[in-house]
Amino acid sequence: MSTEQSYEIGEYPDLAPPVTEVGIIGWIRHNLFSSTTNIVITVLTIYFLYVIIPPMLNWIFLDAVFVAESRDDCRAIAQAAGQELGACWAFIGKRFEIFVYGFYPVEERWRVDLSFIMMLAALVPVLFDHVPYRKQGLWFSLIAPVIIGWLLIGGMGLTPVPTDKFGGFMLTLTIGVTGIVGSLPIGIALALGRQSHMPALRMVCVAFIEFIRGVPLITLLFVASTMLNYFLPPGTTFDLLLRVLIMVTLFSSAYIAEVIRGGLQALPKGQIEAADSMGLKYWQSMRLIILPQALKISIPGIVNTFIGLYKDTTLVIIIGLFDPLGMGRASLADTKWQGLSTEIYVFVAIFFFVSCFSMARYSLYLEKKLHTGH
Amino acid sequence: MSSQPEAADLHVSDELVINIKDMHKWYGSFHVLKNVNLEVYRGERIVICGPSGSGKSTLIRCINRLEEHQQGQIIVDNVELTNDLKNIDAIRREVGMVFQHFNLFPHLTVLENCALAPIWVKQVPRKEAEATAMKYLTRVKIPEQAEKFPGQLSGGQQQRVAIARSLCMNPRIMLFDEPTSALDPEMIKEVLDVMIELAKEGMTMLCVTHEMGFAKTVANRVIFMDGGEIIEENNPHEFFDNPQHERTKLFLSQILAH
Ligand SMILES: Nc1ncnc2c1ncn2[C@@H]1O[C@H](COP(=O)(O)OP(=O)(O)OP(=O)(O)O)[C@@H](O)[C@H]1O
Ligand SMILES: [Mg+2]
Repeated sequence: MSTEQSYEIGEYPDLAPPVTEVGIIGWIRHNLFSSTTNIVITVLTIYFLYVIIPPMLNWIFLDAVFVAESRDDCRAIAQAAGQELGACWAFIGKRFEIFVYGFYPVEERWRVDLSFIMMLAALVPVLFDHVPYRKQGLWFSLIAPVIIGWLLIGGMGLTPVPTDKFGGFMLTLTIGVTGIVGSLPIGIALALGRQSHMPALRMVCVAFIEFIRGVPLITLLFVASTMLNYFLPPGTTFDLLLRVLIMVTLFSSAYIAEVIRGGLQALPKGQIEAADSMGLKYWQSMRLIILPQALKISIPGIVNTFIGLYKDTTLVIIIGLFDPLGMGRASLADTKWQGLSTEIYVFVAIFFFVSCFSMARYSLYLEKKLHTGH
Repeated sequence: MSSQPEAADLHVSDELVINIKDMHKWYGSFHVLKNVNLEVYRGERIVICGPSGSGKSTLIRCINRLEEHQQGQIIVDNVELTNDLKNIDAIRREVGMVFQHFNLFPHLTVLENCALAPIWVKQVPRKEAEATAMKYLTRVKIPEQAEKFPGQLSGGQQQRVAIARSLCMNPRIMLFDEPTSALDPEMIKEVLDVMIELAKEGMTMLCVTHEMGFAKTVANRVIFMDGGEIIEENNPHEFFDNPQHERTKLFLSQILAH
């Protein structure tokens, strides 16, 4: 290729790239129309979106009815406006509170709200580095679970609320967040135990992990709801929700342990040797050198497990707890609103999607932040 | 076997810092080190060479207990290496090690790599540890890289950081396991220069290397190993010009051929 202009050797200036390589046009060329296959895929995708999106928008927004007293009411309103009937969101609107709070007593619901706000506040310093007062924030994060537990359950000055009143999204969050917060440290301990030089400790960890992984969560939940009564001394009452929390936490900690073990094995042996040669103690090496790297490698797997756990909380419906899905099914029994299951399931799906998608995005953010160029 | 070090060198004192007596080591049933006897005096610079698989790495890794020996004695700075964790800790604090593949901590900056062990092992205050780290980074001529991560440095720079990191613990003995063999030729010199500086300051050094130029100019003693045994040891002059053992001659002819 020849250029129109000639320069002295060694004097060639930096030129701007051709228009076809930069800007929107460049992007479209590179990403959507770079080859025949790519063009075909692009065209098919656009067609697919064209078929799917407009009817979906119609159903969700344009033809939807947001205020009504019953399903017939919905239908009447749609007819009066001359539309086809889309989603009857009025149903969700009427049931919203029970979706959020379950059977939590109305006059005590501020405690759930407050707990939710405290949970968010406690998460911020844990999830992000550059927030003001992070140190103090982390102390708050440490004690927040205790305060939240007290707020939700009551006692000591607050009206006690039995845990069978928990339900809806607050139940999902209670189980999901407890499981996530509890299973990470237990999972780390199990992963380290599995690599230990002490055969007894190693065997206990392996047995635990393999047992939990070999049994479906539902089975463990049934064990939690029924069989534990046989093992416990008669007369002891052991809260059902507490049992579920323990089971869910143990279940996901076994998976977390395996994910982290993968991370540990990916580290070169030289890392621990360097730490040893400098005289660091076992726990120091683990905390300062090995775990930060192993956990970083394991982030995608850990978050994957957390997302799985979060969605698995819907299984508690089987042992008679009412998560959003259970609430939805119960609401469907109402004759006034019969047949609106799509609305319910779409609503619950959106809730789960938002939670899980946030976790996925956070994991990407974290991976990027921890990348140090090796 | 081991004799008093050659008088050719002025720095060597008569203080015995490493004493290995009748030491054996096995990997499973594989007898990797056989009846090793070695005395190292303060200020000695010993180069260990030998064919691949002869047990050079294993020998120096036994000195700071990265590998365990099964028979015989290893005494470092008057502390015997046993299963007693206290002894192992004490010895590791005195002995620095530099690896072939640097083994820097990739998630920490260069400065954090250097300051980590002083802070956690010796309880040095962070400020002070970082100041010391900067001092040694300046000595290995890369103070300007302090805030970078190891992954952003060249191999030669990484190895110099690794040396600085060891020096931050203020060790009395330094072990080097082929510190330049993972480096491109143009980076070897910058690392060797740092090691020569160290030697001049009187650091006791045991160095596994195939850099014969380094051995000739810096070492006061060269040890040749083969098949897990120390075959021959001598001052570099005698070792290269007048090797005694057939195997040494063969090895030297091979290594000097290219
Ligand atoms: N962890 C181990 N388990 C079993 N055998 C090993 C182990 N490490 C090393 N060996 C064997 O012990 C012998 C000595 O190994 P060593 O690494 O000390 O050799 P070397 O002299 O350093 O060789 P090189 O010049 O290739 O680094 C080799 O035969 C090697 O295969
Ligand atoms: Mg080796």
